Amino acid sequence: MQSLIARRPASRVRRDPAPSKWSYRVQRWMLTPYVRSFVLKGLPMLMLVGAGALWLSHEPNRQELIGQLTHLREEFEARPEFRVSLARVEGATDDLAEAVRLKLALPLPMSSFDIDLDAARARIETLDAVQKADLRVRSGGVLQVLITERVPVAVWRTEDGLTLVDETGHRVAGLLSRADRADLPLIAGLGADEATPEALDLIAAAGPLTPRLRGLVRMGERRWDVVLDRNQRILLPEQKPVQAFERLLALDHAQDLMNRDILTVDLRSDHRPTLRLTPNALAEIRRAQGLETVENEL
Amino acid sequence: MTDLYTSQRAMRNMRRAAMQRGVIAILDVGTSKIACLILRFDGPDRLREQDGVGPMAGQSQFRVIGAATTRSRGVRFGEIAVMNETERAIRTAVQAAQKMANVRVDHVIACFSGAEPRSYGLAGELDLQDSVVTEQDVSRVLASCDVPDLGQGREVLHAQPVNFALDHRSGLGDPRGQIGHRLAVDMHLLSVDGDVVQNLLYCIKRCDLELAGIASSAYASAISSLVEDEQELGAACIDMGGGATGISIFMKKHMIYADSVRMGGDHVTSDVSKGLQIPLVTAEKIKTRHGGLYATGMDDREMIDIGGDSGDWEKDRRQISRTELIGIMRPRVEEILEEVRATLDAAGFDTLPSQQIVLTGGGSQIPGLDGIATRILGQRVRLGRPLRVQGLPQAATGAAFASAVGLCLFAAHPQDEWWDFEIPAERYPARSLRRAVKWFKDNW
Repeated sequence: MQSLIARRPASRVRRDPAPSKWSYRVQRWMLTPYVRSFVLKGLPMLMLVGAGALWLSHEPNRQELIGQLTHLREEFEARPEFRVSLARVEGATDDLAEAVRLKLALPLPMSSFDIDLDAARARIETLDAVQKADLRVRSGGVLQVLITERVPVAVWRTEDGLTLVDETGHRVAGLLSRADRADLPLIAGLGADEATPEALDLIAAAGPLTPRLRGLVRMGERRWDVVLDRNQRILLPEQKPVQAFERLLALDHAQDLMNRDILTVDLRSDHRPTLRLTPNALAEIRRAQGLETVENEL
Repeated sequence: MTDLYTSQRAMRNMRRAAMQRGVIAILDVGTSKIACLILRFDGPDRLREQDGVGPMAGQSQFRVIGAATTRSRGVRFGEIAVMNETERAIRTAVQAAQKMANVRVDHVIACFSGAEPRSYGLAGELDLQDSVVTEQDVSRVLASCDVPDLGQGREVLHAQPVNFALDHRSGLGDPRGQIGHRLAVDMHLLSVDGDVVQNLLYCIKRCDLELAGIASSAYASAISSLVEDEQELGAACIDMGGGATGISIFMKKHMIYADSVRMGGDHVTSDVSKGLQIPLVTAEKIKTRHGGLYATGMDDREMIDIGGDSGDWEKDRRQISRTELIGIMRPRVEEILEEVRATLDAAGFDTLPSQQIVLTGGGSQIPGLDGIATRILGQRVRLGRPLRVQGLPQAATGAAFASAVGLCLFAAHPQDEWWDFEIPAERYPARSLRRAVKWFKDNW
């Protein structure tokens, strides 16, 4: 059956797309700059952060996350590219190298992330014979230890025995007998090691007296005595000892002072050197001057 | 009177606020369409380097960033007849323009064509206290103009000082700082029906917008379609809209007369619709597509399907020749133009030194209008299109958008109006003192 009323298409007049009052207001509200930036950026960010915080607020989740992160980190560190399996000590004598290896005490092989290079370096540098240690992890899993050894420049005699010291006065090693290092000068006295540089300067300045030099003695931790053979002593002042010593050398060169029969030359006062003669020489000089002295027990 | 004075002042402040925010909307409430443009103000000299034409009469200040137009509803003769419908139409236009511009606008400058504008020429004069003209003197001389009886419920839409004279020296644009004894002013005052303005204000307020200015569309379209020398030497701009035809006469860059004829393109359409017995929509389509004013032999042979929806074969297959269509349209256009002629005669347009007539508005696009206007209005007639402004879409550059573009210029560079000057000093304190005394009396 067919409808008797013909169906016609609705009126051709296009409806005006007027917005409703509320859609108009919402659109205007959304176009407000603050609201717009909040809705487009702030709100999604807030939601993301909120979701993350909510997930993290559950304790097992947090544990799992930390566990996974740790696992990842360990897995990465355990890769063979980072494994150190060999320590190579360079620039040291065999004895010292052995001592360094003992000090290093690393359970190799281990990951290069686990090696505390600074601590290892500090440990090695506690060795007296080591002046400086450079540690670096080289490719191929090699821990390279570059050692700069201390060079002994003098023998320090103390009551306990003999010690080798370097130019800063730092202990290098002990020494059993002086004859082992006869090439090094001898210093003695309390605090002699701290003044080693000055002692070296004095020895260098000794010049013609060098063959006669037996050693230097630190007196009262403040000044030096130069000891020559025949038990001759040169008492140097506290200030500018090298200049005083050079003055004495000039005197010696001019008057052949040190070959004479004297016990000590006291240079502590820079106005005048004071000599102490041996008793024989003193008696001789008095006799020559015609002075009769009465020798008594006092 | 003072109410509108203060509200116009408030609108000027609003406009300043909008300029500071940088975005303002232009709303042209017409009978056939509602257009909304959104302007962005970027500061004065943004364009100067690249195009080398200088500040371009202030147009380089702004840029159109949003434009939308919608079919107007509920507007008759340029006046709001159905408030809800008009509000919806305004919302549609504003929303679309906002969407295009991607900014929210809060301030709007509106124009309308109806409300029976009436022009008055006012004159005032004042003896100066000291010989130098100050800003206060200008306010005082403006206040000394005797305002005619505008009639019941009528309000002032424009009140522009047109000419200042100082001791027989006339034609001064800005008398401030000049020396003389007697200052005189000529002012042009345009009054409109207050209710119509109130309706428009209410309608815009219901769209959550704030009015930052209001103008007559005859004035706005004249700003955009008269070129500078025409404004200077004297010209009339005839804005043929949908429901009303606005007339404004310019002289020395000031509007000196405005009026409107309550007939326009919609009447032509309704004539076509009645004459051919077709719906208004079809009539509008046929008018815009085939309309004309001069019939030639060719037009007898050009047949137009006018169709129909009746289901009757004979009725639905009707055809008319273009000559018939022209025969329907032409008398109405002639009638409109004759009304315009009468208005111009009443305004004394034939005494102006230059009698240029510029036809603009959507109705001016009828082919052959310039020929028929020449016969009725005078020899010097041209068709005007609005000035080109930055960023205006191609679709909105036609003559139909003359008043919208004019409002853009109005927004960027408003002419001085009465309310732009300060309130004369001797009026202001008296009132506020009286108010203060009253307050004390009331409270103690």
